[in-house]
Amino acid sequence: MDVTPHAVVRVSCGRSRREGLATAGLTTTGLLAVVVTLAIIALFIEGSVPFFREVQLGDFVEGTRWAPLHEPASYGILPLVGATVVTTGIALAVAMPLGLLSAVFLSTYAPSSVRRILKPALELLAGVPTVVYGFFALRFVTPLLQGFIPALGFWNGLSAGLVMGVMIVPYVASLSEDVLYAVPRSLWEGSYALGATRFETVVRVVVPAALSGLGAAFILAMTRAVGETMIVALAAGRTPTWPPDPTQPLLTLTTAIVNIATGDHEATAFIWSAVFAIGLLLFLTTLVLNTVSYLVIRRFRERYA
Amino acid sequence: MSDPGAPPILSTRAFSLWYGSHQALFQVTLDIAARQVTAIIGPSGCGKSTLIRAFNRLNDLIPGVRTSGEVLFRGEEIYGRGVDPVDVRRHIGMVFQKPNPFPKSVFENVAFGLRINGFRGNLAERVERALQQAALWDEVKDDLHRKTGYDLSGGQQQRLCIARALAVAPEVLLMDEPCSALDPIASAKIEDLIRELARSVTVVIVTHNMQQAARVSNWTAFMLLGELVEFGPTREVFTRPTDGRTEAYITGRFG
Repeated sequence: MDVTPHAVVRVSCGRSRREGLATAGLTTTGLLAVVVTLAIIALFIEGSVPFFREVQLGDFVEGTRWAPLHEPASYGILPLVGATVVTTGIALAVAMPLGLLSAVFLSTYAPSSVRRILKPALELLAGVPTVVYGFFALRFVTPLLQGFIPALGFWNGLSAGLVMGVMIVPYVASLSEDVLYAVPRSLWEGSYALGATRFETVVRVVVPAALSGLGAAFILAMTRAVGETMIVALAAGRTPTWPPDPTQPLLTLTTAIVNIATGDHEATAFIWSAVFAIGLLLFLTTLVLNTVSYLVIRRFRERYA
Repeated sequence: MSDPGAPPILSTRAFSLWYGSHQALFQVTLDIAARQVTAIIGPSGCGKSTLIRAFNRLNDLIPGVRTSGEVLFRGEEIYGRGVDPVDVRRHIGMVFQKPNPFPKSVFENVAFGLRINGFRGNLAERVERALQQAALWDEVKDDLHRKTGYDLSGGQQQRLCIARALAVAPEVLLMDEPCSALDPIASAKIEDLIRELARSVTVVIVTHNMQQAARVSNWTAFMLLGELVEFGPTREVFTRPTDGRTEAYITGRFG
């Protein structure tokens, strides 16, 4: 072995150049997500400028009539927001309890044999294409519900919301399970050691300890429901109504975009700028919800670090 | 100190325990005297924590645990058919290595065991008494509802956990290395407390600190590789050990 100092230096030069290239390459990839996000925000802001030049912000935010193609046109967003709130609310009312309970069941009660079957099955639910869910809501859930609610419309927010809830269950279950799992083993044991049953331990110690994390799961579920498009487009209808009635057709924010984008409009038509305005609103809503849930989760992690 | 006439409150009879295919305890037989302090010492991995967790069936929570032999609490086999571990744990309290207060107020931490046991009576009085027994009352009495367990220092947290265990008036208090996460001053307080508690409660303490065992306990069990090597009055185990391995351990030749 006669490695001269010179040779050693040369070898490390080549390696450090490769290391430098790898660093640059990976940094670029990492930044790509940020760049794309910023580009989307910029695009939506730019695209909605013509809209807000024409339409008063007050008329947009507080208006209760959405009729962009009528004369005179009206761009009140409230019917859309109301429809989204209704379908999201119904979805969360289904997804939160079901998701949390299945997380508790999977993490605490299920024997490993049951868990091995149930967990993949639950994840499969998350893999079902949303168009299938939408069709399921339209052709199965709605007729079923019409047996109980005769006045239920062919399109309605109720069955769209219910099916959307089922779609979100796996997300809530998976997030909640992680959160429950993150509650230190020592808290479970402390409770058991005082003679608490499994149920008492989960309800009185683990869930309260995991509350902020579960709150984050709730917010993320809300983001999914707010942004969900296919199910509401197929099953909730396209009628902007105010006040929103879950048993009747509704037009959610996402469906309104679909409506305009699939309609027969000239590329330069003013109505396209309305898409950007709605898109911006949706984007900001999910951004805020995601940020809040991120902050909540971080606080939860810090607590048990 | 010892009272050979009194029946033991806890005993094991040829007790063995497996985690899956790994055997952690081998035919352990010992008697724990009521209202005395029994220390279990031994190097890491010798099975002392496993043994103490066998007394309140906390090992049951780990999948794949099997046992053979008996653990008797007041003569009753706690691994017997039809015995619910939840009932066992209501009589045998436990304090853990790392303080594990619940994310609740000081008051609710102590009241927890009473509440789940459906205690009907003066909750505040019982909480106060438990906190006094754990020598924590004076430090927390003004913030019972305002402070949570996490707002306390490490030593206070551990005394809170002791108060929480004492609130349900257990007959036995198991302590699994209760001072290992504490500084010397906080440890000394816990040790004083243990001696004080032994007037009314049976204490079983696992410790890897031999001085601590010598200071607080009446009886000492020395374990090695899952076997009970030696068991006797603390003074004798430390001054005249009968087994060469015990002597080697307490004189610091391994561990």
